[in-house]
Amino acid sequence: MTLFDLRLQDIHNQLRNKELSVTDLVGEAFAKIGERDERIGAFLTLNEESARAEAARMDDKLVNGEALGLLFGLPVGVKDNMITEGLRTTCASHFLSNYDPIYDGTVISKLKQAESILIGKLNMDEFAMGGSNENSSFHPVRNPWDLNRVPGGSSGGSAAAVAAGEAYFALGSDTGGSIRQPASYCGVVGLKPTYGLVSRYGLVAFASSLDQIGPLTKNVEDAAYVLQAIAGYDPKDSTSAQVDIPNYASALTGDVTGLRIAVPKEYLEGVDPQIKASVMEALRLLESLGAVWEEVSLPHTEYAVAAYYLLASSEASSNLSRFDGIRYGVRADHAGSLIDLYHESRSQGFGPEVKRRIMLGTYALSSGYYDAYYLKAQKVRTLIKRDFDQTFEKYDVIVGPTTPTTAFALGSQVDDPLTMYLNDILTIPVSLAGMPALTVPCGFADGLPIGLQFIGKAFDESTILRLAHAFEANSDHHKRRPSL
Amino acid sequence: MSIETKDVEHVAKLARLNLTDEERDLFTEQLNAILQYAEKLNELDTDGVEPTTHVLRLSNVMREDVVLDSLTQEQVFRNAPEEEDGQFKVPAVLE
Repeated sequence: MTLFDLRLQDIHNQLRNKELSVTDLVGEAFAKIGERDERIGAFLTLNEESARAEAARMDDKLVNGEALGLLFGLPVGVKDNMITEGLRTTCASHFLSNYDPIYDGTVISKLKQAESILIGKLNMDEFAMGGSNENSSFHPVRNPWDLNRVPGGSSGGSAAAVAAGEAYFALGSDTGGSIRQPASYCGVVGLKPTYGLVSRYGLVAFASSLDQIGPLTKNVEDAAYVLQAIAGYDPKDSTSAQVDIPNYASALTGDVTGLRIAVPKEYLEGVDPQIKASVMEALRLLESLGAVWEEVSLPHTEYAVAAYYLLASSEASSNLSRFDGIRYGVRADHAGSLIDLYHESRSQGFGPEVKRRIMLGTYALSSGYYDAYYLKAQKVRTLIKRDFDQTFEKYDVIVGPTTPTTAFALGSQVDDPLTMYLNDILTIPVSLAGMPALTVPCGFADGLPIGLQFIGKAFDESTILRLAHAFEANSDHHKRRPSL
Repeated sequence: MSIETKDVEHVAKLARLNLTDEERDLFTEQLNAILQYAEKLNELDTDGVEPTTHVLRLSNVMREDVVLDSLTQEQVFRNAPEEEDGQFKVPAVLE
């Protein structure tokens, strides 16, 4: 067993008992990155010098027996759309390739307050747009289980870094499934919290009504532990929720007796037969632990992808209008007029997927089309949310697969945006409804990980963590590691 | 509804993007495919359905009007592509 196989709580205890030093721990992370990341491509920027200096300071603190933060000494990698003061933040876009932030996003401040150590910024699809991490302006990320396959997107770097043992845990962001889909493809745990539970201040906005930051970890307990550190009301984010934050770890009791699980039949149609078989096996396991499950229908599921792409693209076209080459970002040379400068900087700065979504969103919001596309999609969103609300009147958790297939080959879908969008068909409905959802490994198909998705009521992360933890404690899929 | 090349050119102008001929043709084709897929939404009767603009039921979020420190000029210009005399520099706007 290596350090990377230990639970975060165990590592924390070893540090506290001086069986391990923060310097060794951080050294181990950079050693793994040095050995593996050339093949994986998970990191865009390393924070090595500061991380090592920080580790030395923390070791002094251990000697002095001072009080320790919740994530004391634990090395973390963060998706490169979260603003980090003094550390280059690019969103994997040429447009921001020189961007040096002047402040920390709230999650970064919270990680620092909990005394976690930021080891670097992780690769992603440009501005978080994509399902394969091939839309990074710099280089794609490769799936640690098969280097010819995608890690999923857009938090592909975050998922791959954890799966490859380069980061002890990572943060990603999920708009339509961008934490859960890559976590599923890479065989790690990924949690999209309820919209509003984690502050978005300092997250470069893609689709503001959908974006949510969450953890990617090797097990459910670690996810609960990290969520504890990053959740909470933030006056700097006007969409931040004012709710009490429970103790998530204490919810992991192992007891799931009587929990009522709904399994949407729509989530089992059209998925790979091996994935369906793994999900059914998982349900039998949950049943043996005392939970009960029934098949239900979420009738508007098939409309979610269409509604999502209109809404997310509309919000993206609006959010990305701030990139003009004037105040920050890369400015085009030789522009003749101010309007040319906008056009040239944006045309040179954005990659193809970002342009495609800006075009789609601008069209959907333009005069004469707003009602037909944007407004219609927002009404369909209401119907999708109602499906969930009605189901949660009778059930505690919704369970199903996270993705319809396992990780696909690099380059195989890159020219076909619609097919790529359909990979997210099982994660998008939850995003539209704002509910929390968690994916855990539940099996393998031809050597590639399969993810099991647990969807909960708004702000009821505790219940999905409890059920997923009970599943994990009685299975060993999450313990398998890729050979690298 | 189908999108023609001239619509794509118009939208590109609204979005402040210059497209190459190749991009213009590709986007015309791809946006048509995506919007055709989106037509699916018209199968649903949404008369009388309220749109969801936001999943949390938040009304206006207010705070006390308190004076706080603002950014320094040095911070504001740290990422400026061109700056002169404490101002962002852009091409001439007036003839």
